[in-house]
Amino acid sequence: MINREGLHYTKEHEWLSIDGDIATVGITEYAAEKLGDIVFVDLPKVGSSTTYMKICGEIESTKSVGELYAPVDGEIVEVNDVVSGNPELVNHDPFGAGWLIKIRFTELPALLTHEEYAALTGEG
Amino acid sequence: MGASFTDFGGWEMPVRYTSDLAEHHAVRTAAGLFDISHMGEIFVEGKQAAVFVDYALVGAASEIAIGRAKYSLICNEQGGIIDDLIVYRLGQNAFLIVANASNKDVVAAALEKRAEGFDVEVKDESDSWVLLAIQGPNSVKILSQITSAPLADLKYYAISEAPIAQVNCLLARTGYTGEDGFEIYIPVESAEKVFNEIMAAGHDHGLLPTGLACRDTLRLEAGMPLYGHEMNLDINPYQAGFGKVVRLDKPDDFVGKAALAKLSQMPPTKVLVGLAGEGKRAARADYEVFVEGSDSSIGVVTSGALSPTLGFPVAMAYLSADFAEADTPISVDIRGARTPFTVVKLPFYQRAKS
Repeated sequence: MINREGLHYTKEHEWLSIDGDIATVGITEYAAEKLGDIVFVDLPKVGSSTTYMKICGEIESTKSVGELYAPVDGEIVEVNDVVSGNPELVNHDPFGAGWLIKIRFTELPALLTHEEYAALTGEG
Repeated sequence: MGASFTDFGGWEMPVRYTSDLAEHHAVRTAAGLFDISHMGEIFVEGKQAAVFVDYALVGAASEIAIGRAKYSLICNEQGGIIDDLIVYRLGQNAFLIVANASNKDVVAAALEKRAEGFDVEVKDESDSWVLLAIQGPNSVKILSQITSAPLADLKYYAISEAPIAQVNCLLARTGYTGEDGFEIYIPVESAEKVFNEIMAAGHDHGLLPTGLACRDTLRLEAGMPLYGHEMNLDINPYQAGFGKVVRLDKPDDFVGKAALAKLSQMPPTKVLVGLAGEGKRAARADYEVFVEGSDSSIGVVTSGALSPTLGFPVAMAYLSADFAEADTPISVDIRGARTPFTVVKLPFYQRAKS
């Protein structure tokens, strides 16, 4: 069980778990609930580069399309292939098995703390 | 119940209770209970009720037998669609006209205006009625536990007064999902009791409370149009595939007749079609449609989703009539990616008739 309070967040509803120079990225439970049942996840290719706040993937629910914004500059080192085949994992376990991508970064931009993100979504 | 709500014309409406997909599948395989109280209930009563409805709408209301219903449209003088409606004949001189939530004020106002000179009364009673829809193959089984009404005798597109959970309701065998089911008009003060008793009766029959999100994917699979998507004031009934609903052969004049008579003689330049794709990416409303392998635009998607029942993307679109034939390959611009789809006949899904 991941400690949500120790994660970083973006205002685009991504979470980041930092381990050395690798950021594991997913979308928050709040975002997954807003989207509804997720039926398709389009993730970037391993080896592609990411630019802070540029779209690098898509998350589609029955009702709408959510964009995945790269939360850091860097390079994709791993994508969650299990989620591509089982997109409902993003609803069931957004902070765990529903993680999306891992990015190797050189520098972390300013990100939100758990408290700041909770304030943003109005959920404490 | 953990539902997520949206405000719809002043009614707080449930979008979903738990999961859009679970709710969708429940309606296809068991049953779902929708609260669709945002719809507009407009009653027309009086000596000239039938003649008036014939004048105000494009269908032939006077031909509807008492206790039966018909799908109809209200058009403007230019033949544009103001709304699509269900017209129930409650008595010789009494009709119930059910309008879409977003249009009910416009429809009520248009009916009142058109009623000038007729001996009728138009009453918008939308705020006095709760409308619940139980839809799905187990609907009869569930409802029969809490009513003495002979459900098997109530035919498709029929309506009757019936006690549901000891509350006097109007019970109609209509719906918007492509499944068997009922729509129940309940006086607002008794609605909660009826809702709770239906849910209890459905407990062992897979009944789920179902929200507007799955209602949209269900109606899409069933090829049913949604006002604001497949219909609007700039669309005429012939484009929308509802030419047969327009009864130009009615003896008397009706609003829009002159324009519609002209339109009926001209082959429409764009028509509503179904599109089916591969993979998982949905073609959604407002996406542009192109000739396969070309930059020539031939239309626009009006509704689309990954079909929960079929597992592939389905959409409805207005296409140039030259490309509207079934099996025509076309491509849809899905956020910059041209994606192959094929024109197919509607509906996408049809239940096995028992």
